[in-house]
Amino acid sequence: MSMILTAVLVLLGLALIFGAILGYAAIRFKVEGDPIVDQINDLLPQTQCGQCGHPGCRPYAEGIANGEPINKCPPGGESTIQALADLLDVEALPLDAEHGEEKPKMVAYIREAECIGCTKCIQACPVDAILGAAKQMHTVITDECTGCDLCVEPCPVDCIDMLPLPTTPQNWKWDFPLPGAAVIATDAQRGAA
Amino acid sequence: MNAVSPIRIWDIPGGIHPEENKHQSTAHGIETVPLPKQLILPLQQHLGARAEPAIEIGERVLKGQLIAEAAGMISCPLHAPTSGTVSAIGPAPYPHASGLEEWAITLEVDGQDEWIELAPIADYRSLEAATLLEVIRQAGVSGLGGAGFPTSVKLKARPEQKIHTLIVNGTECEPYITADDSAMRYKAEQIVAGIEILQHILHPEQVLIGIEDNKPEAIADMRKAVGERTSMQVVVFPTKYPSGGEKQLIQILTGKEVPSGGLPADIGMVCQNIGTLLAIHDAVLLGQPLIKRITTLTGDALQHPTNVEALIGTPISDLLSFAGLQPERLYRLVMGGPMMGFTLQSTAAPIIKTSNCLLAGTQEELPPPPPAQPCIRCGLCAEACPAELLPQQLHFFALGKDYDQLKRQNLFDCIECGACSYVCPSSIPLVQYYRAAKSDIRALDLQQHRSDHSKQRFEHRQERLQRETEQKERDRQARAEKAARMKAAKEAEAAKPNTDADDSSNEPDVARLQAQKPSGLSPEQKQLKIAAATAQMALKKANKQLAANPENTDLQAQIPELEQTARDTQEAFDKAQGELATQPAAEPVAGADDAKKLKIEAAMLRANLRKAERAAGDSPSEEQQAEIAKLREEAEAADARVPAAPAVKQPIDENLKKAKLDLAMARAAVRKTERELTSSPDDADLKAQLETQQQTFNAAEQVLHDAELNSPIPPPERQKVDKKPVDETVRELKTNLATAKADFKRAERELQAAIDAETDTAPAQDQLTATRATLDAAAKAFADHMASKETH
Repeated sequence: MSMILTAVLVLLGLALIFGAILGYAAIRFKVEGDPIVDQINDLLPQTQCGQCGHPGCRPYAEGIANGEPINKCPPGGESTIQALADLLDVEALPLDAEHGEEKPKMVAYIREAECIGCTKCIQACPVDAILGAAKQMHTVITDECTGCDLCVEPCPVDCIDMLPLPTTPQNWKWDFPLPGAAVIATDAQRGAA
Repeated sequence: MNAVSPIRIWDIPGGIHPEENKHQSTAHGIETVPLPKQLILPLQQHLGARAEPAIEIGERVLKGQLIAEAAGMISCPLHAPTSGTVSAIGPAPYPHASGLEEWAITLEVDGQDEWIELAPIADYRSLEAATLLEVIRQAGVSGLGGAGFPTSVKLKARPEQKIHTLIVNGTECEPYITADDSAMRYKAEQIVAGIEILQHILHPEQVLIGIEDNKPEAIADMRKAVGERTSMQVVVFPTKYPSGGEKQLIQILTGKEVPSGGLPADIGMVCQNIGTLLAIHDAVLLGQPLIKRITTLTGDALQHPTNVEALIGTPISDLLSFAGLQPERLYRLVMGGPMMGFTLQSTAAPIIKTSNCLLAGTQEELPPPPPAQPCIRCGLCAEACPAELLPQQLHFFALGKDYDQLKRQNLFDCIECGACSYVCPSSIPLVQYYRAAKSDIRALDLQQHRSDHSKQRFEHRQERLQRETEQKERDRQARAEKAARMKAAKEAEAAKPNTDADDSSNEPDVARLQAQKPSGLSPEQKQLKIAAATAQMALKKANKQLAANPENTDLQAQIPELEQTARDTQEAFDKAQGELATQPAAEPVAGADDAKKLKIEAAMLRANLRKAERAAGDSPSEEQQAEIAKLREEAEAADARVPAAPAVKQPIDENLKKAKLDLAMARAAVRKTERELTSSPDDADLKAQLETQQQTFNAAEQVLHDAELNSPIPPPERQKVDKKPVDETVRELKTNLATAKADFKRAERELQAAIDAETDTAPAQDQLTATRATLDAAAKAFADHMASKETH
């Protein structure tokens, strides 16, 4: 009888001690903010285009952290979805066509002769990549442009084009070799014979 | 002679022994190519930033003239290789694996080959290392071995690290290429001179000239050139591909490995190519910038394979025809060697600073690669890899595009030597996988970098917008507060005169305010005016209602009545005002106010007239017509009453305004300095400042006076200005008088209080008498002074 009592008391005591330790740790090592949101945000392409339905990448990162689907980011495309799936340990979904499709990286160009200097695109640009002033011609700083499309809509004279970034020797990429004949050499000869 | 080398030779892991094919091109020494008609000079001939053109189209340039400047730290200037005219600056064919065009300066050669004035440095030993590095940088010297890293940057890559070993790379391990070989054979003296320049710059403890044992002539010539110098040694080691890689050569000569991702400078070594040393020699001792290089022209498709000293920018087609190209035999044209070179897609591209070889291969020489077979995991590639990587693993990860794993497997330590592909029994183009994976990873890193950058910009923008909104809100609040304060002040001001005027104190607020405005009106007039205004309002309201529903007979009946009242009251008021107008206006301001008021009345009448006309529409009723006629009459009468508007609007004299402003500013400055001076009275600077400011003030005052004299504006303000310098005596006398008066008053009050309290009034009486005496005296003094002043 006393043995059972001892066991119960010991277990009770241990439970109390560990509970106290856990409680202390929960307060002492409390993590400020939500680091998962930052991690998700780092994976998003930061175009701030709003195609996901959120006003910018960080709000979508918060949305994902709260359980929103990870396939709403067309600029990021499959690679971003894959990276998010790896991070969050969920299944990678195909890109949701409702929010647009994956396009090659585009950059905005202003047809400068047609620009009337209304500054509407400047106000729309989320990364301040458009240079200009009222009644002065505007131009896009190509290096800063994220290709988010947001400046196209407000332009009253439709003088902004989204063009794919030209390939130069500096940004040219080697191609992966074409998949070779996946047969044994002798088989290939037999097939040819 | 230091023929017996005490240096221990090490071995590198892996490596292969492909067929050398070097003898074809060494038979004719170094030949000179005739001047081509046109040179194409790409702005990107080196690692780093593209050079910036420094000339214009149509300009004639001389041989050796700077035509493009280095754009930034890791960049290289570019010089005209011969004299001629710039015909174009723009995209032009470029020797690159992509076959894409690159910005270039096109030079039409004039054939005179006219040098600019050169500044050779004979005694470079008297110069500082930094000066010599700048000379090398300005001469546009970049690595001529392969990557084309700007030499001056490479030499000071790790300024904190002492360079103890200078390694001269005469290995040239790649098959077919003999450019460095022939340079060592025929230009050994210059190469040694170049080494001595680097010795002077770097002060290394040892200089090792590494040459493979398949170049006996070059070894002999270099040994001869080095001669008795003990500071440098020619080290000969067995031939093996790829001993010529920088890191591999360092390992062979010193047994040390350059850390992964690091530079040779991290372990105190610098490696320079033979061609680069020649260029350094030319730059310092001859003053010539880098405008030419030795290039091997070889391959079975050429009848006359040789080495040439060609100008940078010479089109490849010119070089190939010099070497006797047989176009029908040419199967593949490679820039660089067969192991690491890339296939050129056109012969229009020029040679650039890094082009060490052109290999025009026939189909037998460079056969198309057999189709790749699946990897059989034989492990030959891992045995051949000089960097001790695991090519199989890299291959599989590259296939799966698993970039994290590739990085973990040190893909970036791969020197793309091609040894693994060479030994692969399945003919897998391994290097192509690595190159593709590397460029993908670089692109992704760049993208990541850019997205971080965009994020930062976006966040800063958000912050800025928020700041602006907050600022706007603050400004708005400040304005609202200010407006409220102003309103309160106005109300207080408006209330003050009314408390003084007893008759209006029990009027309603609005009436009081209204009555307060036309200051020239008597209370009767005011009341009349109010009555007139009320009648007008009622009439207006009735009119409006009538316009809204014209059927209402009640309203129609009311209107004439109202009109009558309005007219009566208005007439009464006009009469009263007419009386006032006949009296001379006490103050000009009031007169102006009246004129304004009359104008407003006239305008209101006109507005009423228009409204009535609108309300009547196209077919006015009789009453309406009558009303309109009446209103018109009234309006005309009112118009006639308005004085013919002189002096209402004052002409603005800009000079006067400016002079006034200046004076005010000068006064403020003086006041400020005076205040400062009171807090620190010993400050000599402040005193001096005060003096100058006072002078400015006086000058400004003078200017204002002049401006006033010249101003077309009548000078009512000038009295104010005249009033300003009050006579000190008068002021004192006046003050005395006022004090005396106040004392007397107080004495009187005290006396009264004493009487009321029925106490002893004697002291108060005494005081009263005393104060009266003082007052009399003060008054007399003042009167006397004023009288004496008038007589003056």
